[in-house]
Amino acid sequence: MSEYRYVGRKRRTKEDRRFITGLGRYVADVTLPGMSHVALVLSPHPAARIGAIDTAAALALPGVQAVVTGAEIARHTNPILHGLALPGVRWYPLAVGQVRYVGEWVVAVVAASRHIAEDAAELVRVDYEPMAWVGDPEAALAPGAPLVHPDHGSNLFYRRTFVWGDVAGDFAKAHHRLASKVYWGRSATVPIETFGVVANWNRGNDLLDVWASIQMPKYPDQMAHCLRLPLNAIRVHYDVDVGGSYGVKRGIKHSVLVGYLARKLLMPVRLIEDRLENMVGGDMHGPDRRFDVTLAFDADGLIRSMKMRALDDIGCYPGRSPLQLAKPVGAIVGPYRIQSVEYEAVAVATNKTSQVAVRGFGQAPTNYAIETAIDRVAAHLGMDRLAVRRRNFIQSHEFPYRIPSGTDYDSGDYDAVLTKTVARAKLEALIARRDALRAEGRLAGIGFATCLEPSGGNGAFEPLFNPANDTTTWMESCQVKVDALGGVTATIATSTAGQGHQTLVATVTGEELGFDPDCIRVVHADSLQALPGNSPVASRMAIMLGGAAAGAARQIKERVLAIAAHNLQRPVDRLVYREGAVFDLDNELRTLNWAELVRIAHRKYHQMPPGMEPGLQASYVWEVPKGGTMPTADGRVQMYPCYSFECHIALVEIDRGTGQVAIRDWFMGHDCGTVINPDIVHGMSYGGIAHGIGAALYEEFAYDENGQLVAGSFVDYLLPSVHEIPEIALVDHCTPSPLTPMGQKGSGESGYLGAPAAVASAVNDALSPLGITIDRLPMHPSRIEQALADKRADMGEREGP
Amino acid sequence: MNRQAVRLTVNGKPWHGEVPTRLTLVDCLREEVGLTGTHVGCEHGVCGACSVLLDGEPVRSCLMFAVQADGRAITTVEGLAAPDGALSPLQDAFWECHALQCGYCTPGMLIAAHALIARNPAPSDGDIREALAGNLCRCTGYQQIVDAVRLARRRMGEVPP
Repeated sequence: MSEYRYVGRKRRTKEDRRFITGLGRYVADVTLPGMSHVALVLSPHPAARIGAIDTAAALALPGVQAVVTGAEIARHTNPILHGLALPGVRWYPLAVGQVRYVGEWVVAVVAASRHIAEDAAELVRVDYEPMAWVGDPEAALAPGAPLVHPDHGSNLFYRRTFVWGDVAGDFAKAHHRLASKVYWGRSATVPIETFGVVANWNRGNDLLDVWASIQMPKYPDQMAHCLRLPLNAIRVHYDVDVGGSYGVKRGIKHSVLVGYLARKLLMPVRLIEDRLENMVGGDMHGPDRRFDVTLAFDADGLIRSMKMRALDDIGCYPGRSPLQLAKPVGAIVGPYRIQSVEYEAVAVATNKTSQVAVRGFGQAPTNYAIETAIDRVAAHLGMDRLAVRRRNFIQSHEFPYRIPSGTDYDSGDYDAVLTKTVARAKLEALIARRDALRAEGRLAGIGFATCLEPSGGNGAFEPLFNPANDTTTWMESCQVKVDALGGVTATIATSTAGQGHQTLVATVTGEELGFDPDCIRVVHADSLQALPGNSPVASRMAIMLGGAAAGAARQIKERVLAIAAHNLQRPVDRLVYREGAVFDLDNELRTLNWAELVRIAHRKYHQMPPGMEPGLQASYVWEVPKGGTMPTADGRVQMYPCYSFECHIALVEIDRGTGQVAIRDWFMGHDCGTVINPDIVHGMSYGGIAHGIGAALYEEFAYDENGQLVAGSFVDYLLPSVHEIPEIALVDHCTPSPLTPMGQKGSGESGYLGAPAAVASAVNDALSPLGITIDRLPMHPSRIEQALADKRADMGEREGP
Repeated sequence: MNRQAVRLTVNGKPWHGEVPTRLTLVDCLREEVGLTGTHVGCEHGVCGACSVLLDGEPVRSCLMFAVQADGRAITTVEGLAAPDGALSPLQDAFWECHALQCGYCTPGMLIAAHALIARNPAPSDGDIREALAGNLCRCTGYQQIVDAVRLARRRMGEVPP
């Protein structure tokens, strides 16, 4: 049995009740008296110079309050910050001078209703002079390619080749070298709620109030920078329920625009994206990445070294997207004991909507590239795919294990988790089923993936890719307050997009204090009240917010013990805290209960230890464990602190006629250390696998030869339904992290980090009897069907008449 | 702008008002009736977040105008619990199974599940998946939602003591 009373137990969450009764409060539910609505005029061109903009007809429409262009925005706001130093790349909410992708916002219309704003947007006339444009990132690097940002002089936004260890020597020593090329298509997490923001300029206090469906580190800081306001003139209300994000709800351009409009017009203004605005110009597309991977390995499957080139099509504005090439540096060898690595990261601008953070921050594509290369090594050597993985796994006794790029993995037992999962999947029987299906003439395959989820995120990728950025602090915070009647309230510094932070904090605080988590209230501060934090990104909150809550609760216990020691006249080390009461170890009858202790703290200063602050409250701000170091000159750095492991085993069948992939069975072994709430962790894993299946089989922001996005609706951009997602069997394992208060690691990106690789592995296993390999995600039915048809044609030709 | 009078019965209570003829039913429910539990997801009838029961049948409230619902009875997520606030067996099972994360698709999922149970109190697993297939969720991978409907099915099938 667990040592914990609440942690790790099945318990109902604190959040779900309001959602099942329709009482959530999302940004679209925030209404203010006299609120105005924004609609946008979108660019129809992938690149064009903006000529005259005629707003007269729009302004003449009754109910229209303002029509704003990029020129005006550029006069009154600073460009939006992006992660790199890129002279000549100026990013504003509305296009200035030229448009750079289809869907870019050109004009904003503010009106009394969204209906009127949309009507008026249709009346705005913009003269465009189309320019040459480029949609393919390889073409964008060619000499003479049209420039996405002419003032920058190049479409190359980032390129660096890192060499960690003796790559040349290891390649020379190895018996074999094998190159593979894979492509991760442009998709995203696409929450069902689009992005929205409401802002109101509070004239009495010179304060901008903001409600937004936000998941964004340093969001208020960025708004303050862009709006030329002091940071304490912006109050972001973190008590807004966010309708899904999984990385993408960054919304900085939306928020700067609406903040500017609210202050200009002195009225509350709201912008809720419609679905097309969200898909075409919401700046929420994910990585779009080509990989070249070469492994150097021995005849027994030992992999000595890896060379990886990752070329990412980041779209028009960089945002945080190039940094998504940097985060995987912290798990660049996956769970494998690869001794040396060469990694070339290339970020290229094209005339497409901007890329933003997506679940895993670039790790899922990287894992797909690594896992595909491992499968190919197995095929090359005629080895079992899992045997190759086991041959190279870091062993449980080797932790902490430093990988070539300088990160220490904290703990793990990859062999044990895989063994457990193989047993649960009854792998031999699963293989027999696959083979029986094949014997019937069907295309069946089994896929594997074994990979890591870096968690507890710090921003070490920022200084790694941008030496001008020396940020090494990525704290999270929690305040715990005991009121005068003994009730406990915890305050957190972030909004929540379904991760269950209230449950997390109540569970951890309850565990520490020995109180039922149901009795602990958890509230979201606004950004002015909040202690410093960095938002729930990077699988960090179980670790960082859980750690901060535990730290604050432990301080409460210390204070209570000090009060008891003073009143019982006993040394603290002879006292013990249990469920709110303090007992004398030498005389159990000598005790002070919670009500008495709280009363002393709040009401009886004469009984307080001398010098102790009245009341009973504590704040805890926690830096990421092992954080706080800058990268070395050769680009070695401690990236995230904690490393969760997952392994996938999937059986799929492909319809020969349509190319449709049906997933028959799915098993995932998962080790994220100590689990705080099993239903929440399992839910994230199920959802992550579903995202991964979508990215692997269906979802793609496809552009046509005219630079138009052709997947701007849910009819064209296919999200998996309950029919496409199978029953999933999760296999739990726990290797505690030595770095966190309860041994917890992160799990917010679990499933997604390995599922795409597992699907690809299964599909390619199914196609292997035909000699077909597909090296591109998503593996649309049409893409598979085409490969099958090509093969049939090829066979027909060869057989001849 | 054309406006037209509309009379609805929403969660058992009469409501009437004059609304723009182009106002969708979901916008009417959210902005005029004041019930924000029904959510807008795609506005083109795919995601199901805006599902409500119209005379007991699940419909996409983003795909019809409020004026088309004149004289009809509508049930939204706010109307699923008993008048005393007791959760419906499906709501309770959703909580028990943590059949949600962000909660945005949840009202539509609950409406779809209630419509299923109303017409088929003992649905098979296949029936459950069929009934939920018109509602998209990005958080859960659907598993805990299916689990919740199964749990409600089992509990509702139990003979009371």
